[in-house]
Amino acid sequence: MSRRQSLSLLKNLGRFTTQTRSVTYMPRPGDGKPRPVTLIPGDGVGPLVTNAVEQVMEAMHAPVYFEPFDVHGDMKSLPEGLLESIKKNKVCLKGGLKTPVGGGVSSLNVNLRKELDLFASLVNCFNLPGLASRHENVDIVVIRENTEGEYAGLEHEVVPGVVESLKVITKFCSERIAKYAFEYAYLNNRKKVTAVHKANIMKLADGLFLESCQEVAKKYPSIAYNEIIVDNCCMQLVARPEQFDVMVTPNLYGNLVANTAAGIAGGTGVMPGGNVGAEYAVFEQGASAGNVGKDTTEEQKNANPVALLLSSAMMLRHLQFPSFADRLETAVKRVIAGGKCRTEDLGGKSTTQEVVDAVISNLN
Amino acid sequence: MAAFLARRLLGTPTSSSSALISASRAFSSSTTPIKATLFPGDGIGPEIAESVKQVFTAADVAIDWDEHYVSTEVDPRTNSFLTRESLQSVLDNKVGLKGPMATPIGKGHRSLNLTLRKELNLYANVRPCYSLPGYKTRYDDVDLITIRENTEGEYSGLEHQVSLFFSSLVKNLADYLSFDFVKVVKGVVESIKIITRKASMRVAEYAFLYAKTHGRKKVSAIHKANIMRKTDGLFLQCCDEVAEKYPEIEYEKVVIDNCCMMLVKNPTLFDVLVMPNLYGDIISDLCAGLVGGLGLTPSCNIGEDGIALAEAVHGSAPDIAGKNLANPTALLLSGVMMLRHLKLNKQAEQIHSAIINTIAEGKYRTADLGGTSTTTEFTKAICDHL
Repeated sequence: MSRRQSLSLLKNLGRFTTQTRSVTYMPRPGDGKPRPVTLIPGDGVGPLVTNAVEQVMEAMHAPVYFEPFDVHGDMKSLPEGLLESIKKNKVCLKGGLKTPVGGGVSSLNVNLRKELDLFASLVNCFNLPGLASRHENVDIVVIRENTEGEYAGLEHEVVPGVVESLKVITKFCSERIAKYAFEYAYLNNRKKVTAVHKANIMKLADGLFLESCQEVAKKYPSIAYNEIIVDNCCMQLVARPEQFDVMVTPNLYGNLVANTAAGIAGGTGVMPGGNVGAEYAVFEQGASAGNVGKDTTEEQKNANPVALLLSSAMMLRHLQFPSFADRLETAVKRVIAGGKCRTEDLGGKSTTQEVVDAVISNLN
Repeated sequence: MAAFLARRLLGTPTSSSSALISASRAFSSSTTPIKATLFPGDGIGPEIAESVKQVFTAADVAIDWDEHYVSTEVDPRTNSFLTRESLQSVLDNKVGLKGPMATPIGKGHRSLNLTLRKELNLYANVRPCYSLPGYKTRYDDVDLITIRENTEGEYSGLEHQVSLFFSSLVKNLADYLSFDFVKVVKGVVESIKIITRKASMRVAEYAFLYAKTHGRKKVSAIHKANIMRKTDGLFLQCCDEVAEKYPEIEYEKVVIDNCCMMLVKNPTLFDVLVMPNLYGDIISDLCAGLVGGLGLTPSCNIGEDGIALAEAVHGSAPDIAGKNLANPTALLLSGVMMLRHLKLNKQAEQIHSAIINTIAEGKYRTADLGGTSTTTEFTKAICDHL
């Protein structure tokens, strides 16, 4: 849905009458059949926030039903049946999986992305009306290459005390992420794509990434394209974030840029996002997705469900249920704008359940 | 024995050799000037270097500047535009101040910054970032220091294209047949990130020592060891070991994405940050952005044997070069860092206060801070404030 339409929706937040409708969405007969979605509650605060989504979906009578799978970060590999389920359903909703620091198990978050070839990670960072932050006019989408780069996992000890890690950049992956970024911008009426890199130092690796972006940019003459070095990018993000629109980055820089952008717009507790590949999509908290929250948050049950709720709205749109997506988004935004019901990370004192109840009561 | 006495007199030194230097200075008369190398640099470099010299003279700082310029020809002994003599000067004087240098475009020679770093073995880059009172940004209460490992990590420059032989063979065949399918085989590049125990220990030791000597309470090690388990894992291990030797300093480990988020939401959570090369580059620029940009950020590179090369990290701004518009604050604050390294704390404090007061007063500010003063007016205002 274009930004203009969202804005007109927001203008009507305070009114009792139903929102101004745009020209209607005409479904095909049978589109209303409930769609199965794989659900991974995850670790830490994961089950808390995925349960929040389940409650809201239930309250809306949304045509989705969840197939939960028990996955924990310290498992050696993904459990049986999980991948089959996602391949069948094509869509998954996921809480965070805790990755142990240090040796031992490799990150299951990363494994899942590689197995399903979810090569693009998308985070939408924007100012939520009513949520004060130091920066205004932020509306950035960070599209990050999700499979290679620094996260190739190829490390070895050369001699005791000297360790090497390989960063791999291939033309194939760089090209497809660049294509996805421009296609996204085209389909969502975005005006500019910025490539983030460090090619002045890593001339071959990031140079190859940039080359791919430049080639794809030529095919979209109506979309502006520019490049920015990652350290300058972070500086510009904290100084003038309004200059950025869509950003396409390799793996590591994307992580940093997405978290920085999320932080300036309101925090990782509210930014939606997801991972998508040619065939499957996994929706999860936008930035810092592997974050399972502090122990105190888990105990006190005051994790912020907003990010996952907005991601599930993205999921509903992806499943072509636009009206449900709009209702969910409007309800969440009303709750945030109201200011009374906010969890600790936003400066409030509510628990997760209180926020969920508020969202449900705000549904049209 | 003399060195021990000197250390008692002067307090904790940064390294034993700098104690010796300080000892010799303490026992020498206060009017014997200290020799320091000065690289004015390119673009606005000479103007702001002039500014520094004026302020230091006005503050009675006894420094004898040994100026060196970047030459226009590559010196084969160093394979760069910096001559052997320039580098030797820093090695001899052990302290230096560097303005912005623009590396000429072209191949076959090393970049100037890289040359300095490698030849002088500058292993740690220290950047204090604090909000300047009077210059308002969105963040008011930033007060942190980033310490970045400067020699290895992702910036080792070790990259190669995989399967080059095959692709060049195919390319020749393709050229012969006038057929362009070489794109299919080309396109896998590897870049090597190296972390060594030696370098990580060195920078961790320096970070904790710095925290202790400057009265800082907490050191945070920034990493991504949940994904890069061996490389960042080794870095963390070294930080852990050094942390045990400093039980009075609080120590925490923060994952880099969390760190970015926390920095932009609440920079007061951090005090001293120690990081490997790439993260350090990004985080230190991010922190510079929080307080007003590279035009206001001081920086100091620490090398083995107590070498310190303070530098201004902004660019050479060729578009305003020679027009008396440049802002010398970054170079001046770096000069202050240099003075603190030389233990000339009283004068360092004097100059620092003068700069802060001038900016806070708001009457004399250069164009990049939103004012209309020229470089010379700004410099004079600082001298008046001394």
